Amino acid sequence: MSDPTDRENYSDGYILGILKECRIVAMVGASPNWVRPSYFAMKYLQTKGYRVIPVNPAAAGEEILGEKAYASLSDIPVKIDIVDIFRKSDAVPPIVDEAIAIGAKVVWMQLGVRHEGAAAKAEAAGLRVVMNRCMKIEFGRLSGELSWSGINSGVISSRRRKLIA
Amino acid sequence: MERHQLRRHLKQEAEIDRMSSKNDAFGFETRAIHAGASPDPVTGARSTPIYQTTSYVFDDVDHAASLFNLQTFGYIYSRITNPTVAVLEERVANLEGGRGAVACASGHAAQLLAFFSLMEPGAEFVSSRNLYGGSITQFQHTFAKFDWHVHFVDPQEPENFRKALTPKCKAIFAEMLTNPTGIVIDLEAIARIAHEAGIPFIVDNTCASPYLCRPLEWGADIVVHSMTKFLSGHGTSMGGIVVESGKFDWGQNDKFPSMTQPDPAYHGLTFYETFGDFGYTMKTRAVALRDLGPSLAPLNAFLILTGIETLPLRMERHVANAGRVAEFLAGHPAVAWVAYAGLKSSPYHELARKYLPRGCGAVFTFGVKGGYEAGIKVVESVEILSHLANVGDTRSLILHPASTTHRQLSDEQRLAAGAGPDVIRLSIGLETADDLIRDLDQALAAATRKDRAAAE
Repeated sequence: MSDPTDRENYSDGYILGILKECRIVAMVGASPNWVRPSYFAMKYLQTKGYRVIPVNPAAAGEEILGEKAYASLSDIPVKIDIVDIFRKSDAVPPIVDEAIAIGAKVVWMQLGVRHEGAAAKAEAAGLRVVMNRCMKIEFGRLSGELSWSGINSGVISSRRRKLIA
Repeated sequence: MERHQLRRHLKQEAEIDRMSSKNDAFGFETRAIHAGASPDPVTGARSTPIYQTTSYVFDDVDHAASLFNLQTFGYIYSRITNPTVAVLEERVANLEGGRGAVACASGHAAQLLAFFSLMEPGAEFVSSRNLYGGSITQFQHTFAKFDWHVHFVDPQEPENFRKALTPKCKAIFAEMLTNPTGIVIDLEAIARIAHEAGIPFIVDNTCASPYLCRPLEWGADIVVHSMTKFLSGHGTSMGGIVVESGKFDWGQNDKFPSMTQPDPAYHGLTFYETFGDFGYTMKTRAVALRDLGPSLAPLNAFLILTGIETLPLRMERHVANAGRVAEFLAGHPAVAWVAYAGLKSSPYHELARKYLPRGCGAVFTFGVKGGYEAGIKVVESVEILSHLANVGDTRSLILHPASTTHRQLSDEQRLAAGAGPDVIRLSIGLETADDLIRDLDQALAAATRKDRAAAE
């Protein structure tokens, strides 16, 4: 059986470092439709102190959750920390090329999105890469909020948890 | 770098290092005590507090909307989520090696929830015929009112499951260490058959507990428990749970529209796409638990959590005591047979070595010479074992299934379920083994004596 959700083996510290250090997210494939996963993630990350800028040619010029949407990464006038990709895996390489060109620190591919070649290229250019994970879920997992829904966070600790943001 | 910046940077690095070490695997005993239960972030309370509340304030209307839409994590209403119950859910998910879990009011509720997220009217599933009697009734009669239909098979031959599959089947279900017969099923072989059919394998792991066996490691996709039994261990609290592996691909075929299609019961949300490897858990909570309503009381969650902290120690003693009692019975002249997979003579001994290396649990059956009447006399003559319908208590329990738990089945079903007229079920507790042996010895003597008196 194929396993679409085999999580790459990133350490919690690696993910936490990215979530703590980065503030401005370009969300490629952000949807204005409120039942889509990207809309969920964008709304959640906004409440956690991230600025999320939507990238979606079909919605360019419109506002999604109070932020103007752009047609491409290179159109965004502010410096981007994370490029968060909500697109099919085979659409990833040109997005990664653009992420490198605009000087992003991290390329993050959402659940089910993976591209080994593009990931290697990003890493060679000095970017950090996360594949096949959801930024919202990872934030929730490491902050303890995901556990509120009975999800196994894998975190064992006798210390009080601090929220990340 | 300024000194205060450096200090902050170093502190952050240290915290990241600590988080990295938390990624390492911890032992079962550590996780049985700690998983899901970090200290309360506000008060520092070390034990998990009992959040005895029905509801939770919203920050504002937008926060409320985000919660109801499942766009943010948080508590709304204790029918769906509760902080004490959530700790228990994460604890059991962790111990079973699962991705997430939904706790509920009883093991029967867990089975209902587990199937509700898979089945549509007219759907079918294949189940082992060797189940707790109440489960047989639930599957055959009560599920039929939802237009869900079960095909029962003998689980001892895995191919029986394959032969009974139809295109409408949505799952295969079986108990590990069947109640009461103690059959050890071939988990890996049955999981393979389910996966070849593109459907999940659901295992009731109540009698083994995750200390003795973790079915998800052998290919099962969903585990259900009656937490009332060994997990809680004290016989004070009802509870059930559904654990998801996170590894089943719901999108591989069109059999599971409730996972892969927009859900009209949840404003068109597509659960698998939105929540990925814990989509089934979210679906089971947000739709099945919300709309069927069998939520777990926070106090019960607290009591079960307290029980789980000692699960490894208790299971070791349960197994040791059960082994002593089984060997005693196997050598007793009034006993016709003993069905305990821990005995070398058991036909399941080889499978048990593979799947249950730490022991075969504490629930098993034996046959008393003299049939139905003698069986009743034994359960009515014990002084330390308790005659009642439960398993997995600290106290040793005894039952005559044919006259109690399996009473509502037909004669044929009773025999198939291993609950024939001479069968006595034991759940061996944590008392001194010699005391249990002495008690059973005198009860068997009483039953035999009366038998002889009646015959004369």
